[in-house]
Amino acid sequence: MEEKVLQGRPDILVDADRDRAGGGLRTEEMLVNMGPQHPSTHGVLRLMLRIDGELVLECTPHIGYLHRCAEKIGENVTPVQFIPITDRLDYLAAMINNHGYSLAVEKLLGMEVPERGRYIRVIMSELNRIASHLVSFGAYGLDMGAFTPFVYAFREREYILDLFEQVCGARLTYSYLSLGGATQDLPEGFPERLAQFLDYFEPKIAEYNQLLSYNQIFVKRTAGVGVISAADAIAWGLTGPCLRGSGVKWDLRKCVPYDIYDRFDFDIPVGLPGGVDGAPPEVVVGDSWNRYYVRMLEMQQSARILRQCLQQLPSGDYRAKVPRVLKLPAREVYLEVEGARGQLGYLVVGDGKPVPRRVKIRGPSFCNLSIASHICRNVLVADVAAIIGSIDVVMGEVDR
Amino acid sequence: MGWIQNRFEENLVITSLDWALNWAKSNSLWPMTFGLACCAIEMMATGAARFDIDRFGAGAFRATPRQSDLMIVAGTVTCKMAARIRRLYHQMPDPKYVIAMGACTIGGGPYFKYGYHVVKGVDLIVPVDVYIPGCPPRPEALLEGLMRLQDKIRQGTIARPAQPA
Amino acid sequence: MTAAEVAELLIARFGSAVEPAPVEIHPGVRVAAPVWPAVARFLRDDPRLNFNLLRCISGLDLHPEPQIELVYDLLAMRAPEAPGALWSSGGELAVRVTVARHGGRVPSVCDVWPAAEWHEREAYDLLGVSFDGHPDLRRILCPDDWVGHPLRKDYEFPKEYQGIPSAAAAAEGAGGCGVSR
Repeated sequence: MEEKVLQGRPDILVDADRDRAGGGLRTEEMLVNMGPQHPSTHGVLRLMLRIDGELVLECTPHIGYLHRCAEKIGENVTPVQFIPITDRLDYLAAMINNHGYSLAVEKLLGMEVPERGRYIRVIMSELNRIASHLVSFGAYGLDMGAFTPFVYAFREREYILDLFEQVCGARLTYSYLSLGGATQDLPEGFPERLAQFLDYFEPKIAEYNQLLSYNQIFVKRTAGVGVISAADAIAWGLTGPCLRGSGVKWDLRKCVPYDIYDRFDFDIPVGLPGGVDGAPPEVVVGDSWNRYYVRMLEMQQSARILRQCLQQLPSGDYRAKVPRVLKLPAREVYLEVEGARGQLGYLVVGDGKPVPRRVKIRGPSFCNLSIASHICRNVLVADVAAIIGSIDVVMGEVDR
Repeated sequence: MGWIQNRFEENLVITSLDWALNWAKSNSLWPMTFGLACCAIEMMATGAARFDIDRFGAGAFRATPRQSDLMIVAGTVTCKMAARIRRLYHQMPDPKYVIAMGACTIGGGPYFKYGYHVVKGVDLIVPVDVYIPGCPPRPEALLEGLMRLQDKIRQGTIARPAQPA
Repeated sequence: MTAAEVAELLIARFGSAVEPAPVEIHPGVRVAAPVWPAVARFLRDDPRLNFNLLRCISGLDLHPEPQIELVYDLLAMRAPEAPGALWSSGGELAVRVTVARHGGRVPSVCDVWPAAEWHEREAYDLLGVSFDGHPDLRRILCPDDWVGHPLRKDYEFPKEYQGIPSAAAAAEGAGGCGVSR
């Protein structure tokens, strides 16, 4: 009986001849529904898998289970009233969503934000990026069957949420960064507490790498799985850690700097080939392990930016004067910021009224997820969880 | 517990049995992992180390509705998701309870006015036992809601209701 | 390259099918729908332009004009000379394609940028623009049996969906889940 090897996957033997030999096992394809309620789909994502045994032949994502009509709401409420809705797009990195929308509307209006307000925004965005990557780290471990990283990740995240609670009273959906700057000033002692947190947190990243990143089982499940080439990544509109995991050193904060990111000194981590810089030898540029590891390295870089922010933080106004009734000029703006999952874009069209004519939100997870049907071919069912986890989608951004 | 409810005459054995059954039910509520949106993150935080829902016996989150007795609807319910929620509710075995967590599940939340695709409250789809307000509710609020549900379970009885005189 | 320079290049090649669209502060070009795939391919492949990232496709309902404007936001990501160095931006561009509100069809650019697949499905779902040549044009966010295109300016909010009442009806007390304990 001839044993064939599946192209590109030397670990999977395809025994097709056995079925035709007469009296052998007859296999049929099966349609299996993964989600919308599923522990590993990171929210309400439905994946329709056409499988042959354990092999996935086709994977079709179905989205829209969290479509909350954000864009329709944007056409009916003022920009300041829309800020809480932006919180709920990528709810793990709500500050960055607020930051992006505020920047877009300020560009439309030509509004200047005072220096302290700009530094507060960067501090909150980077802290939220760390918090978001911690959830991604914990949840990915959970998807792969490791429960311990989850509790550690959430322990650190609780310290960050304590800091956010001191600043604005909320733990998850802040609405803190609004038009003109921040809605309130930083409380007394906040810079010292943030510095304390950074001193505590920075050594932990090395610990978590020892715990999960270099763990043999984790590496076996994620290395070489779901490889996306750089050309594919750009063609499919991938941005953020998914793009950087494929070796493309592109980050809006450095390549098209917005706000005050050009004042800070930080690196852009990209995907590593096997054996380089501590990466396990089985790893390939563009695989799930690299997309995950880029997030671990980004946490270190965000901590670096935060330290520089604390050094440079000026005193002064934290918010520009925002008139009570704000009429948006008849102009259009499209502005992107580097969210935790990729480039988050806002198109805001004004037409002389207080309410925008159109608000379009480019959710990075929406674009990142579109590649799922392309790469989840000829992989095992278990690999689908590894791939979707490494893309790290938040359905609030996908469905808006 | 439909078949056993309200069947027996109230007596010492029944009240002790009630107490025992309710103690068992309320202290081992196994939730289904039913996080839909932002509230799911606060539910995950409640399951994590600082707030620890496991000390209430409710830490065994089951992925399948067939093995769970509590559905914490955490997040916005959309029209597309509604049929699936109903189906999952019917797949849960009795006795089952539903907690509506967050403003979206109570009455549509921030999406009430212009959300064409949002169901204005999960009680339009499944019967709800406890409503927890908040957007999102803090983990402490979820634990309070869980304790209220435990109180509600402890009120239950398998005895026949008192006959009017 | 600025939007004006790109417009010059395109007009030189495609003639009157392309016009500059110096919309404040989101400048770009306006392209006629029939030549749009050819222009798209040129924008992506020409080494001076190199617009390889399709960031976003936004639909604007120009009600009360009977037209819908699609805005394709493009970004040129340039690879560095030395491998492993930082990539740089070669500029951004907003391409506008206008289509009729009723029965308007635009050729799909999924062959040029695969990222367009989901964006075009969203434009179809929420605004009702049909894309010729799209591999799988069906609703993506709203359910398959949804009536109407929600982001149109004359969209009427539904009274109910599969028996679930909408906000107005629920406020009057209609509904209840119909499931007994």
